Amino acid sequence: MTESELLYTDRLSGGCHWSLHVRRGTSLRLIDIEGGANVAMLFYNPENLLERYNAPDTLKCQHTFKLTTGNCLYSDMGRIFCSIVADTVGWHETVCGNTTKTMVAKKWGEHNYQQHRNEWYQNGYNSFLVELAKYGLGKRDMAANVNFFSKVEVNDEGNLQYVADHSKPDDYVELRFEMDTLVMMHTCPHPLNPASDYPRKPIWYEIRQAAEVTGDDICLNSRPENARGFQNNHLYHLGHGDCEHD
Amino acid sequence: MIKRSQLQAEDAVARELVPAGDYYMKVVKAGQTVRILDLEGNQAADTLFYNANDPSERYSAMDTIREQGNVYLTAGTKLISNEGNVMLEIVADTCGRHDTLGGACATESNTVRYAHDKKCMHACRDSWMLAVAENDHFGMSKRDITHNINFFMNVPVTAEGGLTFADGISAAGKYVELRAEMDVIVLISNCPQLNNPCNGYNPTPIEVLIWN
Repeated sequence: MTESELLYTDRLSGGCHWSLHVRRGTSLRLIDIEGGANVAMLFYNPENLLERYNAPDTLKCQHTFKLTTGNCLYSDMGRIFCSIVADTVGWHETVCGNTTKTMVAKKWGEHNYQQHRNEWYQNGYNSFLVELAKYGLGKRDMAANVNFFSKVEVNDEGNLQYVADHSKPDDYVELRFEMDTLVMMHTCPHPLNPASDYPRKPIWYEIRQAAEVTGDDICLNSRPENARGFQNNHLYHLGHGDCEHD
Repeated sequence: MIKRSQLQAEDAVARELVPAGDYYMKVVKAGQTVRILDLEGNQAADTLFYNANDPSERYSAMDTIREQGNVYLTAGTKLISNEGNVMLEIVADTCGRHDTLGGACATESNTVRYAHDKKCMHACRDSWMLAVAENDHFGMSKRDITHNINFFMNVPVTAEGGLTFADGISAAGKYVELRAEMDVIVLISNCPQLNNPCNGYNPTPIEVLIWN
């Protein structure tokens, strides 16, 4: 894949939240600055907010428990929000959800805004609630999210094991957006992170003009299911111009 | 974990047969026990739970598996809501393992999983769409249809991070039983899927029994 023009770059501190309207045909690269970052993400269709990221469909359509290069992130309507076109980490998890206020207080102590100003300990659940509310959405709309840079293994008995120090400094994952998407994200710690101090891990994110999807595209070809997913996106964009490649 | 129930079917206060392709949407009160019975074997019962007094509180697969530290559901599993509360506990299970990763079938995801010409084949989400439409007194809509449990379904995760759809480990007469810790709406789609082994390619009826 050739490096495309960088359109925008920004830094997000650890323990923060933000949301973006990402356009079809652009890519979003997340870069773990120090190692050990966690970027939780949810995806919605801005044209129809009832269409949202569906972790079960994403996993079962690709017979995978982890997410990495070649995987597509599906909506509940059989369409692909984005494809993972590059990944130096190899495993991102999408079933463990978020920290809550209670969980953060129990694990790391309560650091409220009054005392600690913007060094307060934010939690993932409330971070998503705040971003969702900006678009008229609420807790009923909060689906299972992706936790980029975080790995949770499962043994034969089904037991979960959080893998510490999974993501290294400068590791990155790049998402190519296959339709216009509202991206909600936060950088609060993974709920299974056993660190003794509240992990506050910053990231960079970069937006680029994505290279065109070609016939030999790794995400298009990684599974026959994904070829059909791309066909669903093609149907969705019929008559919309610049989508003739797929 | 296999754990048998002491409850007798003749003592149940309600019994309802749910054919494949139909839904079940009823309130089970706190303290009551609900059994889902796989009558003929290898049937998937796609199930969601809501707080009957405030359906914005609902079963959360992520909170449930994270808090118990295990991806499979069985006897002893506490089903946790998105608010962190225990909604129900699995008190008996003769199957031994139930899935909550694979979600439900939908006509749209069927186009991806199988083929575009299968898009009009019946699917669990269509049953749920009809359920929320026909039961508007609960005030629910598509946004409430979330990440469910697949009772009787076997979806093993591999150490390498793969997800496999194994043949059902259920059989005729196997059941799972849950005690409600709050008043809950039980919403089941008795799965009509004909394209994968979750039903042994032969969707069959289930029975739902309730005890006080």
